Amino acid sequence: MNDALALFFIIVGISFDLFGCIGLIRMPDIYNRLQASTKCVTLGTCGILLGVFVKFGFTAAGVKALLCIIFLLLTSPVAAHALARGTHRSGVRLWDKSVCDKYADDRKK
Amino acid sequence: MKFLRWLIGFIILTGLIIGIFLFLKVNIATRLMLYLLICFLFSMFRIFKGPTPADRSVATDMVGILVIGFCGIMAVYTGKDWYVDIAIAWALQSFIGVLALAKFLEGKNFDE
Repeated sequence: MNDALALFFIIVGISFDLFGCIGLIRMPDIYNRLQASTKCVTLGTCGILLGVFVKFGFTAAGVKALLCIIFLLLTSPVAAHALARGTHRSGVRLWDKSVCDKYADDRKK
Repeated sequence: MKFLRWLIGFIILTGLIIGIFLFLKVNIATRLMLYLLICFLFSMFRIFKGPTPADRSVATDMVGILVIGFCGIMAVYTGKDWYVDIAIAWALQSFIGVLALAKFLEGKNFDE
């Protein structure tokens, strides 16, 4: 039962990783690519690590996997936000079919 | 022409995914790792092709995240717990590396 549940979580995680990477190829713009690839952190890799926790239970390896999940959930949005801010400040244009750019309006004020 | 390119990409992608699932007679761990290998190939494509440096930074971040998942799968299917230690260390250094890349993109010095 434990092994089957762990396999289920790992398969969900790998599917989210795969769809995130397809988005990384397919999307037309750097900001859209960033949005697609951030999804596969919180649901993809954290799903795989949740599978590790279910497989090992409350042993040393399982608790370390749980700590790694908490660390990823705290740090990955920070990294993505810093990357988006740095990209916008370095002067990369948006896609030409994008409709609004609030950050540029805020910086003009 | 655009539709033809879209169709070729779609056929190759679904062929890879369904082909690994149906026609390859290997065990389940190897199959999962082959799916992760496809993800690595996509990220490597974005690193080589990406028009701006920011694209390459995003793809590099993605490779770091995928390595963490790879370590998790290795820990489950070999039974050794030190792979989770490698995952934690890799998460830490990937976070710091991405922050440094973002500062570098912004065009400032590191002490600001």
